[in-house]
Amino acid sequence: MNSLHRLPVEVSSARVTRVRHLLIAMRGDKLALFALFMFVFYCLVALLAPLLAPYDVNGTAFMNLENAELAPAWQTGDQRFLLGTDSQGRDLLSVILYGTRLSLTIGVGAVLIQVLLGVGIGLLSGYMGGRLDAFLMRVADIQLSFSTMMVAIVVLAVFQTLFGQAAYQQLAMLMLIIVLGVAEWPIFARTVRACVFAEKEKEYIDAARVLGVSKVRIMLRHLLPNTLSPILVIVTIQIANAIVAEAALSFLGLGMPPNQPSLGALISSGFNYLFAGAWWIAVFPSVTLILMIFVMNLLGDWLRDHLNPQVTRDGR
Amino acid sequence: MSLLSVSHLSVKFRQRHGDDLVALQDVNFSLERGERLAIVGESGAGKSVLGYALVNLLMKPGYIAGGSVQLAGRELTTLSAKQWQGIRGQRIAMIFQDPMVTLNPVLSIGEQMVEAIRSHTRIARRDAKKLAIEKLAHVRISAPAQRFDQYPHELSGGMRQRVIIAIALLLSPDLIIADEPTTALDVTIQAEILGLLKQICEDSGVALILITHDFGVVSRIAERTLVMYAGRIVELGPTLEIINDPQHPYTQGLLNALPQMALPGQRLNQIQGNMPPLNEQPSGCAFHPRCPYAQEKCRQQAPKFIFSGVSSVACYAIEDMLQACAIDEDLD
Repeated sequence: MNSLHRLPVEVSSARVTRVRHLLIAMRGDKLALFALFMFVFYCLVALLAPLLAPYDVNGTAFMNLENAELAPAWQTGDQRFLLGTDSQGRDLLSVILYGTRLSLTIGVGAVLIQVLLGVGIGLLSGYMGGRLDAFLMRVADIQLSFSTMMVAIVVLAVFQTLFGQAAYQQLAMLMLIIVLGVAEWPIFARTVRACVFAEKEKEYIDAARVLGVSKVRIMLRHLLPNTLSPILVIVTIQIANAIVAEAALSFLGLGMPPNQPSLGALISSGFNYLFAGAWWIAVFPSVTLILMIFVMNLLGDWLRDHLNPQVTRDGR
Repeated sequence: MSLLSVSHLSVKFRQRHGDDLVALQDVNFSLERGERLAIVGESGAGKSVLGYALVNLLMKPGYIAGGSVQLAGRELTTLSAKQWQGIRGQRIAMIFQDPMVTLNPVLSIGEQMVEAIRSHTRIARRDAKKLAIEKLAHVRISAPAQRFDQYPHELSGGMRQRVIIAIALLLSPDLIIADEPTTALDVTIQAEILGLLKQICEDSGVALILITHDFGVVSRIAERTLVMYAGRIVELGPTLEIINDPQHPYTQGLLNALPQMALPGQRLNQIQGNMPPLNEQPSGCAFHPRCPYAQEKCRQQAPKFIFSGVSSVACYAIEDMLQACAIDEDLD
């Protein structure tokens, strides 16, 4: 076994996988490092919200109108509420932590649906071609011709009136994920289809077919890995988009209910107090949201630049 | 029974307007087990179309318009897509021209090999890996266990073509179709790969169909040679005989065009003109516009296949010559 490892340098050079290549590239890039660090930070905060939050948001003592609209700690000197409280007397820091968690969950969940639908349909459409492709792409065109917000507003409003406020409050998160997920799958489908069109003409796909590899396996094992780079880029951008869309919907009163507020819902409720002097209720969630979206877009742009195969192959 | 027998195979390309284009016309040949056959011709002669037709992988709008292809007595042209999956890879394997693009760039060599094995047989991953490494060693790749985890871009062209041959051998097929396997490689590697292919065929009794335009390659490997022109077979016979005594004017032209047939400083002897495009096939013998021996009947009717004493050939000039000989003999 030992003799096997004594090979010419060219052969035994380390396997530079895509991930490793990215990590190496990131080491020298401060902005990218910052973006990655912040992204990981947000993810951790979202995951660990119940542990990090100073108050239990589900506890009965959490909402106390006596504490309503308290300014941040450095203004009042009241150390109980670092970022102040909202109109219901809830600790703003705790609510923001939970709101981040909700927003991220909705964003990731929606994009998961987009990826599943979009990548599946894109692979099928691109590889099979012909009538199926034409049909699926027309469906995608139709889907894209409705703006996401319009679809979401109509669906959520209809759902609210049909099943009532109580049912809506219970299912709000699920509904948001499904609506945002279904509304934007064509973005993935089109990208994947375009990739598949380019890849399937290459000889290694012919070679796989000559080897008797089945269609499904060719799609999943040969074509899918070749389309991963653009998918990864779109995922980061789409998560940001979904979070913004959810925030906008919540701001319009169609998103998360006030008792389990996402960042958007928080901004919405804080907006009413903005000019009454209680600026912190709207500003802190806004800053949290904007920073999160900013970081994700940075990360997406950086990935797009560095997953470019030309850059990768040159090893730059 | 011969391993592969092709009879009256014709392939057409569907056109939106007008008649379908004929890419292959009345192709007949057979191949014994372990035999090596070369298919030679200019670009556009239909060599690759024939290769693809044999494994039923013609790209749309191409389709098999008639005739039959039998593998060990089993008719292939009527198989369903599902049945084909059992034939491709398992009974017939194919090797392509450019090793730089025949391997999936994002999967390691090992993954691609294991993938190929496991799409045919239910076999544990570990056993598949063992088999793959065995085959890599078989094509004389150094440190096969290590190559298993490498990616295509880490290997040289010759190395990749070896890997591709190893993949073709994975399921011990009866027949390998190699479509210009050495065209993209430099000359020294070419010789190595050809030697390897030949040895593998001899060792494991695999039959080989070698598609090429290079007579040098043909002479080194194939026992029989099939010369194609404009989608038709013009000559078929033992390689040595064909190279030493080409019968058909086209084969003669091809061999005359080899650089070693011209004196230093002399212009190469090229065949005048070009292969006719599919939509402008001449009447009669397709070669007659370029043929130095063309007669009136060549323009009117395609010649039949006859045995010239050296090879089977479709040409009126040969036919006439044979007849003249026969008359001479009668007179004697």
